[in-house]
Amino acid sequence: MQTWRDRLIYAAVWLACLAPILQMVWLGFNDGLTANPIEFVLRSLGDWGLRLLLVGLAITPAAKLLRQPRLIRYRRTIGLWAFTYIVLHLSMYIGVDQFFDWKAIGKDILKRPYITIGMTAFVLLIPLAVTSTNGMLRRMGPKAWRRLHRLVYLIAPLGVIHYYLLVKADVREPLLYGGILAALLAYRVYAWNAGKRGQAARATARAVAR
Amino acid sequence: MLIRHAPDLKENEVTDHGLYLRRREFILGAGLAGSGLIGVGAASAVPLKGAASPLSTRDEKLTPKDDITGYNNFYEFGTDKTDPAQNARNFKTRPWTVVIDGECAKPGRVGIDDLIKRYPLEERIYRMRCVEAWSMVIPWVGFPLASLIKQAEPNANAKYVAFETLRAPDQMPGQRDPVLKWPYTEGLRLDEAMNPLTILAVGLYGETLPNQNGAPLRLVVPWKYGFKGIKSIVRISFQAKQPETSWNISNAREYGFYSNVNPEVDHPRWSQASERRIGEFFRRKTLPFNGYGQQVASLYRGMDLKKFY
Repeated sequence: MQTWRDRLIYAAVWLACLAPILQMVWLGFNDGLTANPIEFVLRSLGDWGLRLLLVGLAITPAAKLLRQPRLIRYRRTIGLWAFTYIVLHLSMYIGVDQFFDWKAIGKDILKRPYITIGMTAFVLLIPLAVTSTNGMLRRMGPKAWRRLHRLVYLIAPLGVIHYYLLVKADVREPLLYGGILAALLAYRVYAWNAGKRGQAARATARAVAR
Repeated sequence: MLIRHAPDLKENEVTDHGLYLRRREFILGAGLAGSGLIGVGAASAVPLKGAASPLSTRDEKLTPKDDITGYNNFYEFGTDKTDPAQNARNFKTRPWTVVIDGECAKPGRVGIDDLIKRYPLEERIYRMRCVEAWSMVIPWVGFPLASLIKQAEPNANAKYVAFETLRAPDQMPGQRDPVLKWPYTEGLRLDEAMNPLTILAVGLYGETLPNQNGAPLRLVVPWKYGFKGIKSIVRISFQAKQPETSWNISNAREYGFYSNVNPEVDHPRWSQASERRIGEFFRRKTLPFNGYGQQVASLYRGMDLKKFY
């Protein structure tokens, strides 16, 4: 059962994820997209795709550390919003920046490592978006579903590398994202090891009790 | 219904808002300057006309001034395109001295205002192609670098000209982080520097150069990528050895000493075949030497431009 409080939080999450797009529209009407709006919007969409991917990865650790298991229910929303921004980012690149110049785009994908990596990350995201519904989770079974969705541990680093590789000299922001991602992934390694140790301890305790 | 009134003041007659806010500082500065103590602080846009030049690029639509002054790569004032316009507002360009030294008969120091008066100013309309694959058409006001070089009388050892930007981390917040090697340095071969297209710019759109565009003195070499156009110059040196340049030190594989605009030689990470002209939707093809091949291609005769990028 969803309480009105749940609905309110859900609406707030949705609005927060939508806010960057609203901001871009507002800037668009107020001459705020710089002299090179195509580049600005392309970059901003990519930025937010990556940021939301990191926020999505932060939900599980946050839920555990803050003892707020209900946070998990917003993870899918945030993940799908990350996907939305990345789809818009890619559409902007193909349809506006390159204006469907498929030859140039093909060359880019083959020759430019940052585009190769970005495209790989996008392709890997598709199955995660497709299997995000309750129906798909049921059909796949939780075990297979979870195994598939571990792909995000590969996708997020590819996203950070994609960003790092396209920056000219000021790598501080991509390094910051890299640092946050490293911490989020380190937490999982730690939790996984702790889980194994816990299992072993419980097994020992059982054996001793016998 | 929208009723537009014709403004009875032209844009360039209105006191700059920033200057208005600093009016007391200005009065103080004027007072001190009048009493001969110090020069006036930050300069604001003052009309600065240049004679039309046959070397100007014709039949190209000028990029709007707001775009030229609002979208800049000037890492001394931050790495975002809109940072320089924000952070260079209070940059002090007076007093300003340019040192001319090295392999020449007449080294010396010259104040910027004397330098501006020393040579007839010209308006030069040039395409500017950034290494990031965008471009503008900019009406600079300046004088040929060759005029300054001739007066300094470089000797037989002088094969290159090196340029250096001011180093002032207190005024240039970007210099507090080692994003590039500070101060920014650039260089040209002497024959490139002597080419009639190469200018030192002191103005833009008929006014003194805005701070974010490299006030009070910057280099403009229209057939090379924009980063060769070093800004806020304090030193010009003649030397026998090829000068070290900031972007080359940062990443030699990506930014060569020559950095001539060349659609055939890609930046290792992105294509240089096309560019987006600021204000246009579709990309356009990038021209060899940024369209100035007729005037400059002969400088590189016999050189492998894939090797000397």
